[in-house]
Amino acid sequence: MQREVSQTATAIAIEGMTKDYGDVRAVDNLTLSISEAEVFGLLGPNGSGKTTTINCITGILKPSSGTIRVGGFEVRTQGREARQIMGVSPQETAVYQYLTGKENVEFFGKLYSVSKAVLGPRVDYVLEKVGLTEESGRRVSKYSGGMKRRVSIAMALVTDPKIVLLDEPTVGMDPQARRSIWDFILELRDKGKTIVLTTHYMEEADELCDEVGIIDHGKLIALGSPTDLKEKYHARDLEDVFIQLTGRKIREAA
Amino acid sequence: MKLGHALALAKKDWKRIFREPAFLFMIILFPVMLTLAFGTSFGAVGGSQTTSFTLGMVALGGNSTSSTQFYHDLVATGALKVTSYSNNGTAQSALSQGNLQAVVLLPASFDETVQSFRSHPTEPGMWTNSTLSIYLDKGSALTVQVIPTMVSQVLEGMLGAKPVNQALPISVSVPSQVTVKESTVFQSFAPGLFAFASIYMIMTVAQSFTGDRENGLLRRILVTPTTSADIVMGSVVSYLVIGLFQALLVFACVYALGYAPVGGVSALIVGFFIITVFAMCNIGFGLITAAIAKSAGAATGISFIFLMPQLFLGTFVGSALSSSAQAAGRLLPAYYVTDALTSLWTRGTPVTSMAVLTDLAAVSVSSIITLLLGVLVFKKFGKS
Repeated sequence: MQREVSQTATAIAIEGMTKDYGDVRAVDNLTLSISEAEVFGLLGPNGSGKTTTINCITGILKPSSGTIRVGGFEVRTQGREARQIMGVSPQETAVYQYLTGKENVEFFGKLYSVSKAVLGPRVDYVLEKVGLTEESGRRVSKYSGGMKRRVSIAMALVTDPKIVLLDEPTVGMDPQARRSIWDFILELRDKGKTIVLTTHYMEEADELCDEVGIIDHGKLIALGSPTDLKEKYHARDLEDVFIQLTGRKIREAA
Repeated sequence: MKLGHALALAKKDWKRIFREPAFLFMIILFPVMLTLAFGTSFGAVGGSQTTSFTLGMVALGGNSTSSTQFYHDLVATGALKVTSYSNNGTAQSALSQGNLQAVVLLPASFDETVQSFRSHPTEPGMWTNSTLSIYLDKGSALTVQVIPTMVSQVLEGMLGAKPVNQALPISVSVPSQVTVKESTVFQSFAPGLFAFASIYMIMTVAQSFTGDRENGLLRRILVTPTTSADIVMGSVVSYLVIGLFQALLVFACVYALGYAPVGGVSALIVGFFIITVFAMCNIGFGLITAAIAKSAGAATGISFIFLMPQLFLGTFVGSALSSSAQAAGRLLPAYYVTDALTSLWTRGTPVTSMAVLTDLAAVSVSSIITLLLGVLVFKKFGKS
């Protein structure tokens, strides 16, 4: 399936991307356009190719074939420029345990060459938005799993990126924290940012996403707004759509 | 490559050293404990274990009254440990293997010379002139300075001559007078402690990289505009500073325990420079280890492949091993660090001497090659 969006409004354009790991095809000829200023949800069972797709967008993995453009920059040849406008919160909670929450966020700001004058207020802002202002001076090793996740999101957003990739952002968070992250994501969208997220929480996708793509066995099998998909598949909610399309069989993570 | 990125990465590593107990132990506490342990064990604190200069004596004319008296007079100085050899070849071999610091060769006519002087002390024309040869370990400036002086003094004492205004029938080159210093075993070990402490950096570098890779942090950094070159440069900057800091710490400990380096400020600067350069080598081995190891735990074990040979063959431990083991040590960078520091700080060899320059070149070249190899191997196999 292919979604057509005008060139000027495209934040991420993937064309014919395939990624093989030896004999295993993780992503199969994926073509996808993600518009600016929208929340795009990439859904799929474990091992369906979501994280591989995200990793190819960030440039950490090289596609076996196909092209990816982020903000107009071709990831393979203009990786640095593409990464400069992206903020990424990976699936694993990759944070430095021996640094404080604030130091983690500051450190990533420095890796994007954000000036000191801009970085200070920006760090305070994102920490406030993820609800960690009071705890920001404590070492992350003392944080709960949900708090670490929130630090990880703050690290992705500290540079005020145009495009944000969040791989399962709210895993392990309590409802209050999850709700505050949702609000923050929608606020970013309203400010013109493009957010791509993967999630196993269908209500999260339903709540946040302007558009979702369901991927299975490396192929894009459904694409549209949550409302359109529910209508199309005569489903009560997005989870029904998901089960209809991917089946009930439990998948193992790749 | 951006300097700001490298500095941010380096600062992050410095915080890890002081905040993570395992790293703090390996980098800071372990060298201090090691130095204190060796210092107290080998006579630096309240020590009675003193060593003196080791001297071999060969009487080419065989044992005579004069040569026996000379031998006893040398021993009586208390600063010379004298071994009598029956032939020059054996003595020279012991000298070349480092078992002696000098060999004194009494000429075949030694007894005749002594007797002619004693019979006609004021009639040089009646003397049987001869030359006493001293072969010295050229790497030890202290030996070069002290032993000829002491031998001459003993000779003059034995002949009852007044060196200032009286000629002697035996010629010996007499360098400037120096005060003989006794040294402890610890003082001979101390230079090797610097390399010994620094080598463990291999383990900490490997653990740091594998840990970051396991936790997804390396991958996370690589999705920022930071390049692999920034990451490596950050690590090099960080561990060079850590290496220097560690060396200063060990220096403070050995100094407090009585090890007083000779050679002055220039020797200290060059010594610390060599230790700092050696840190690059350990970073390189750490990167290779991190590329091979799949986890931080495995990195600890694998790091011993690079760590153990250098520990045993390249530090003070090597001096107690067989000659073949010592020869093998010459293939390792740590050997040249220990040798350079021994030359500079214990023997007082000038910084411009061939011995020191050779060591500096060996450490620099091997460290740069190891670091480059480490970067290449890690870039190819270690990032994921």
